[in-house]
Amino acid sequence: MIPRRKRMVVIGLLVVGMGLATALILQAFNQNLMYFYSTSDTVAGKAPSGRDFRIGGLVVKGSLQREPGGLSVRFTLTDLHQAVDVRYTGILPDLFREGQGIVANGQLGRDGVFIAREVLAKHDENYMPPEVAAALALTKANAQPSRETR
Amino acid sequence: MFKRFHPYATPMHFHRLAMRLSPWLFALSAVLFAAGLTGGLLLAPADYQQGESFRIIYLHVPSAWMSMLVYLVMAGAGGVGLIWKVKLGDIIARASAPLGASFTFLALVTGSLWGKPMWGTWWVWDARLTSELILLFLYLGYLALQSAIEDRRAAARAGAVLAIVGVVNIPIIHYSVAWWSTLHQGATVSKFDAPSMATSMLIPLLLMALAFQAYFFAVLMVRARCEILEFEQHTAWLRAEVSGDPIA
Repeated sequence: MIPRRKRMVVIGLLVVGMGLATALILQAFNQNLMYFYSTSDTVAGKAPSGRDFRIGGLVVKGSLQREPGGLSVRFTLTDLHQAVDVRYTGILPDLFREGQGIVANGQLGRDGVFIAREVLAKHDENYMPPEVAAALALTKANAQPSRETR
Repeated sequence: MFKRFHPYATPMHFHRLAMRLSPWLFALSAVLFAAGLTGGLLLAPADYQQGESFRIIYLHVPSAWMSMLVYLVMAGAGGVGLIWKVKLGDIIARASAPLGASFTFLALVTGSLWGKPMWGTWWVWDARLTSELILLFLYLGYLALQSAIEDRRAAARAGAVLAIVGVVNIPIIHYSVAWWSTLHQGATVSKFDAPSMATSMLIPLLLMALAFQAYFFAVLMVRARCEILEFEQHTAWLRAEVSGDPIA
């Protein structure tokens, strides 16, 4: 009986200890585990300057401009608090759309414009048929004016 | 409490039970696979954003779930073997490791195939993808440990400790998308709100998850029997069983 109880305690302590150690390590490296910086962090100067980092946010509706005769695009990213302009030359992923979340990898220029080398599209965790999405968008559009008057 | 199960937890009883159960489990998984695949690939509507490509979810998500479930089975069985010295625990742990590694590999490969057209990249080092890769390494480490140690008892003990220590990775995988900013999207099904997925898409996904589970347990029964045959090759009961003359 006693050795079995002892093994149980030892294994219990092992699990708790590992959990605690891992929690502390992850806490210490929290910033490094973030895959991207938000636009607010970037504007606040928390993102590294002079080297590459990733920035994530939503593409502001109506902000996408294509330069004629090239692959260069400009758009604005936002986290609904702060906005950052992004310039990118290259092919955008299929899911890149205005209003869509994206992650761009590159450097912040002196003028505050982010020069992206790579643009990845993020998609959300919602899955639904197109008709449902259209219906949801319609309801949201109808609800919008009433929210503004409130 | 555990004493009561001891008579049934012997390799001999389990060998007979597994022999009876596995055909039923295989049949169940075949039916579930047929239903899930038909529902997912033919009946479910295309997604509003991802179109037809989202259908890889019916392989990717069940394999990812299984990669974690099998790990918990492996670590749990290993722990039972370690604490209560139940031989069957060691056998189950050892039998589930290659299956878990396969599910993890499948989750990583299908995720990569999904990531290229949707995100625009095969692989990123974000928290979700990296922690899932660590899970694969944990499985491979367990398998390497099993084949490196000659003595089966010692191998089972060392493997169980490794598996139990690695359990800490499971909540990290699950919550990685909530704790850190990742390219991988957040949870769809396993959250406190209602799943953010249309019912016509969700039902085939759950059927596929059940199909994967039934398949896992079916193969586990077969693999566990193989392990028992090796483990117990010098025992009287097994000789009697193989020569077809029952002793019990």
